[in-house]
Amino acid sequence: MAALVVAEHTNQALKDATAKTVTAAAELGRPVHVLVAGEACGAAAEAAARLAGVEKVLVADHPLYRHMVAETMAALIVSLADRYDAILAPATTNGKNYLPRVAAGLDTPQISEVLKVVAPDTFERPIYAGSAIQTVQAPAGKMVISVRTTAFKAAESTGAAPIETVAPAGDPGTSRFAGEALSGSARPELTSARRIVSGGRGMQSAENFKLLERVADRLRAAVGASRAAVDAGFVPNDYQVGQTGKVVAPELYIAVGISGAIQHLAGMKDSKVIVAINKDEEAPIFQVADFGLVADLFTAIPELDEELMRRGF
Amino acid sequence: MKVLVPVKRVVDYNVKVRVKADQTGVELANLKMSMNPFDEIAVEEAVRLKEKGKASEVVAISIGPREAAETIRNALAIGADRGILVKTDGDTEPLAVAKILKAICDAEQPGLVIAGKQAIDDDAGQTGQMLAALLGWPQGTFAHKLELGDGSARIEREIDGGLQTVEVKLPAVITTDLRLNEPRYASLPGIMKAKKKPIEEKAPADYGIDATPRLKVLKVAEPPRRQAGVKVKTVAELLDKLHEAGVL
Repeated sequence: MAALVVAEHTNQALKDATAKTVTAAAELGRPVHVLVAGEACGAAAEAAARLAGVEKVLVADHPLYRHMVAETMAALIVSLADRYDAILAPATTNGKNYLPRVAAGLDTPQISEVLKVVAPDTFERPIYAGSAIQTVQAPAGKMVISVRTTAFKAAESTGAAPIETVAPAGDPGTSRFAGEALSGSARPELTSARRIVSGGRGMQSAENFKLLERVADRLRAAVGASRAAVDAGFVPNDYQVGQTGKVVAPELYIAVGISGAIQHLAGMKDSKVIVAINKDEEAPIFQVADFGLVADLFTAIPELDEELMRRGF
Repeated sequence: MKVLVPVKRVVDYNVKVRVKADQTGVELANLKMSMNPFDEIAVEEAVRLKEKGKASEVVAISIGPREAAETIRNALAIGADRGILVKTDGDTEPLAVAKILKAICDAEQPGLVIAGKQAIDDDAGQTGQMLAALLGWPQGTFAHKLELGDGSARIEREIDGGLQTVEVKLPAVITTDLRLNEPRYASLPGIMKAKKKPIEEKAPADYGIDATPRLKVLKVAEPPRRQAGVKVKTVAELLDKLHEAGVL
C-alpha cells in the first residue's frame, strides 16, 4: 500500500513543509500520494503534482477545508485511510492539530516529530526538548507520523503526477473557523528562512527589536525570538523559536541577547552556522555557537548594520 | 459545569536529563519531578473558571505511578476540588491515556476538558486531540485565550503565522499554550486544604483499558553534540568568518 502525505498549503501555494514531508514519506519505500485539502486550492495541488517521487495527488476542494479545521480535516483523512498504511503530515501547528485526531480515529499510536527514517517501520524522534533521541518501532498495521520538516530536504519540483478529485467527508458540525490575525510580515517565514536573526530578553524592549529587523532585512532574514522575549511582550508569540515554539534549522542563525536556555536551544541547534552576540561571556549559547561575539548588543548591532551596508547588503 | 484537567508528573523543566548508559531510557532516579508546565496552566484556567462561577467543579486526573498523587495534590492546592489517580507501571502512550480519559469522561460527564498541549518529557503533543476524537467532541488546541459562551467556547489559538480563532460547541477539549495564563503559586491555606480533598485510586483495568505500550522503544541516545566554535573580537571579523563559511 501507499503512503499518504497531507499537504500544508495556503490554498494558492504549496508550502515547503509539504516537499520535506514527501522526502520523509519516500524513505518508507512505498508509493507516495499527497492529499491537498482546501478551498480553491488548484494551484497548490498542481505544485504538489510536480514534486519528485509523488505518484498521485488527491484534491478535496471544498469550503470545509479552507482553514484546515481539525474536526473536518481528520474526518476527511480517516475516510481515505483504508487505501494507505502510512499517513504523514508535517509537524506544523495544522499537522499537530488534526493528526492525533486521525491516529485516534484509526486506533493507531502516533509517532510525533520524526527526525530520521531508520527503517520503514523505525524512526528517530526527539524527547525532552531534544536532550535525548528515541528510536521507536511501529507495530504492524497503519502508521501515523508527524515529520519535523527541518530534518528533511525538500523534494524537488521535477515530477508530473496525475491529480484526482476526492469527495469531501462529512462535517461533524461542532466547530467553526471564526477569524485569524496573521503577523503579515514581508520577511521570509521562520520555518523556511535561510537566515534568521533572533532576539532575547537582552533586547529589553519591543522598540529595540527594530534594530534587529534592520539587520534582518539587510540579510533577507526572518526575525525570531526566545520565549523570554515573547513572554516580555517584545514580539508576538509566533516569533518564538524553541521546544514549545518553532523548530528551525536555517543556514545562518544569529542569536542576539539570548542566553541559550535548553528550551531555546532545542529549537535552533540544528542550524548550519550559529552566531551568538551576548555581553555575558558565560552564557550557554556560546557553547553551541560557531562564532561568538562577546559585546554589548546595543553597540554591536548598529555596527553590524553599518558594516553590512558598507559591504553592499 | 464540571471541568476535567489531566495532569502529568514529569521531570522538572529546569532539570537537564541524561541518557542511561545502557541506552534504555533517560536517568530519572533522584531527579526533581513537577507537574508538566502546560498542565499547570490548564489547572489555573479551570480554577479561574470556577472562581468566575462558570465551572461548578474541577477534577484533576493523573495517569502514572503512585507518586503522581503528589501532582494531583498540587492541582488540589491550586484549587481543584478532587482527584482521580489511575495507577500505571512504566510509560503509558498518549492513545492509552486518551482511552482512559475517555472512560472517565463517560462516567463524569464534564462540559470541558482542559489539558496541556504537550508534556515536556515525551514531547508527543497528542493526548488532547486523541481524547476529543474518541469522544467525538470538538477541540480548541494551543489556546491563547478561552471565552465560554452559552453552550459554546471561543478559543484564540497560537498558530504558525499568528493567531486563529475557532468556535466550538460544548462539550469540548481545550489544550493550553504558554500564554493562556500565568499559573499562581499554591497558597499555604490552599496546600493545607488540599490534604483533605479526596483522591480516588483506579487502575486502567477498572475502565477495561489495556495500557500496554504499542510502540517499541529500541534505543534512547544522546543527540549529536555541537562543538563550541571560536570567539571573534569585532563585527568585521565576524562578517569575514561568515563569508568564509559561505553563509553570507
